[in-house]
Amino acid sequence: MALIEIKNLKKHYASGEDTVEALRGVDIRIEAGEFITIMGQSGSGKSTLLSVLGGMNHPTEGDVEMAGVNLYRLPGEKLADFRAQRLGFVFQAFHLIQYLTALENVMLPLAIVKMKNAEKRSAASAALERVGLGAKLDRLPNQLSGGEQERVAIARAIVNNPEILLADEPTGNLDSRTSEEVMALLSELNRGGQTVVMVTHNPDNCRYADRSIVLRDGLIVEK
Amino acid sequence: MKLHNISLNNLKRRKAKMAFLTIGLTVGIATIVTLVTLTRSMSSDIERKMDEFGANILVTPQSNGLAMNYGGISLGGVTFDQKEILEADLARIKTITNHKNISTVSPKVLGGIRIGAHDVLLVGVNFASEIKLKQWWKVFGNLPETASEILLGSDASKILNLNPGEDLMIKGEKFKVAGVLDQTGSQDDTLVFAALPKAQKLLGKEGRITLAEVAALCSGCPIGDMVTQIAEKLPDAKVSAIQQVVEGRLKALDQFKRFSWAMAAVVVFIGSLIVFVTMMGSVNERTVEIGVFRAIGFRKSHIMRIILLEAAIVSLLAGCLGYAFGMGGAKLALPFMAESSGAHLVWDVTIAFGSVGLALTLGLMASIYPAMHASRMDPTEALRAL
Repeated sequence: MALIEIKNLKKHYASGEDTVEALRGVDIRIEAGEFITIMGQSGSGKSTLLSVLGGMNHPTEGDVEMAGVNLYRLPGEKLADFRAQRLGFVFQAFHLIQYLTALENVMLPLAIVKMKNAEKRSAASAALERVGLGAKLDRLPNQLSGGEQERVAIARAIVNNPEILLADEPTGNLDSRTSEEVMALLSELNRGGQTVVMVTHNPDNCRYADRSIVLRDGLIVEK
Repeated sequence: MKLHNISLNNLKRRKAKMAFLTIGLTVGIATIVTLVTLTRSMSSDIERKMDEFGANILVTPQSNGLAMNYGGISLGGVTFDQKEILEADLARIKTITNHKNISTVSPKVLGGIRIGAHDVLLVGVNFASEIKLKQWWKVFGNLPETASEILLGSDASKILNLNPGEDLMIKGEKFKVAGVLDQTGSQDDTLVFAALPKAQKLLGKEGRITLAEVAALCSGCPIGDMVTQIAEKLPDAKVSAIQQVVEGRLKALDQFKRFSWAMAAVVVFIGSLIVFVTMMGSVNERTVEIGVFRAIGFRKSHIMRIILLEAAIVSLLAGCLGYAFGMGGAKLALPFMAESSGAHLVWDVTIAFGSVGLALTLGLMASIYPAMHASRMDPTEALRAL
């Protein structure tokens, strides 16, 4: 059974009197441990697809199954719990909390987990070590470079050891050398067993992936 | 890292905004504390004054007569079918519903007697309760302690030419002047006071009294109700309230109380608006942050807890500061507001807890909508990146 199975996914938005069809019937199967990139031009629907995959954007039609769970049929706040336990997010703009240190930012997903504070610190430190920032635990985001901030964001995404890592253009704001480092890190995490689904503009990043999906006008044109 | 760490860190980061919020709430709470404390302190001052005014309920026998006197000048009167009060009946006064408000019951028997060449009015009193009613009495000598001792009013002392320690004869019985009252400017100056049982015997009114003065010593006493209750217990007596003096003060205080509550309501409203606007602004500024929280799996209830915890911390601080500044303000204002120089500030623990409780309630109530608004944010919309 596939880890992620998307069937006939449609997402329509109302825009004034018009309806924008962001996704027009997408079917995807992703196996556990795969590294997938989603490519496409602006407005092709790739970011919408990632937000639907992330359980944050209810589809107009279709189903999203992850690890045997139909995501959008989960009751109440169970969807939030699913995100907390099984998904990790890496955002293009990092979205680190500016008043928290690198360590505290990484501990954030654990704030709602019943664990001893020492264990939380230890898990967050280990995640930061893993992304190569073990020496900058107490730095605030504005004291870190763009690449380092992206690494903190990745550490935050993996601190609770999720099965699936969703990344939205993680190299979009980085120079080429730092981009290479970040991609190498994501690849390493994938080799460690994490399934990675990444949206990217950059075709160079596809060489790290097992396969790429190309979207155009809300439809898959290439797998 | 726990949810409260996020709240605390955010408060530290937004120092200016949170200081503005704290000051706004503090001013509101301080105003309320000052007004409430001033009102209470002034009530207490009036209560104390009522003690000094003495009795405020008079129990006299029922009579079909009309007294003919005005401004202390008596022209006699026509009285028939006068009923008497039995001393034993006075015990029933202590059984009224508002008996806890009764401080003192002072029975009196009155009657004319002759001392030497002068006719004087003998008043039989219970000296222990009488001195509680008439705290303005200054006695040269001592209060009578035995049945064979009497107390003279200042005019009576002059006219009878008797001083403390001297003896006199009343109806063939020897009495000693235990003390003489300083001038009071009242009817007491012309009277001769003796112990109640002895006066009843001298006047041939054993077991009976002429009138009783009752002191209900509290500013909030339901005097009207108490008069009715005593009248029900003593159907043969006429019960009337002597409350004109304090009534005016109480009415003025009542008006001040209403003004205070109106002010408090306005302050509470403005305080709530300040909290609401500030918290709403804070939530809107933190859209991305809240989007991140939701994206990484925070429940709506987690977001609400973070926002409400921030409001609670600020409110708690404002409540404590508001109480401290409010009491300070009341202390400064009291000498200008109270008429008597001896007015004391009332320190009440319920005001302390009340002000903190009010601040918390106010802060949390005004933050509920911003917190709900934050928790309902669509994470995708909030982040826009996805």
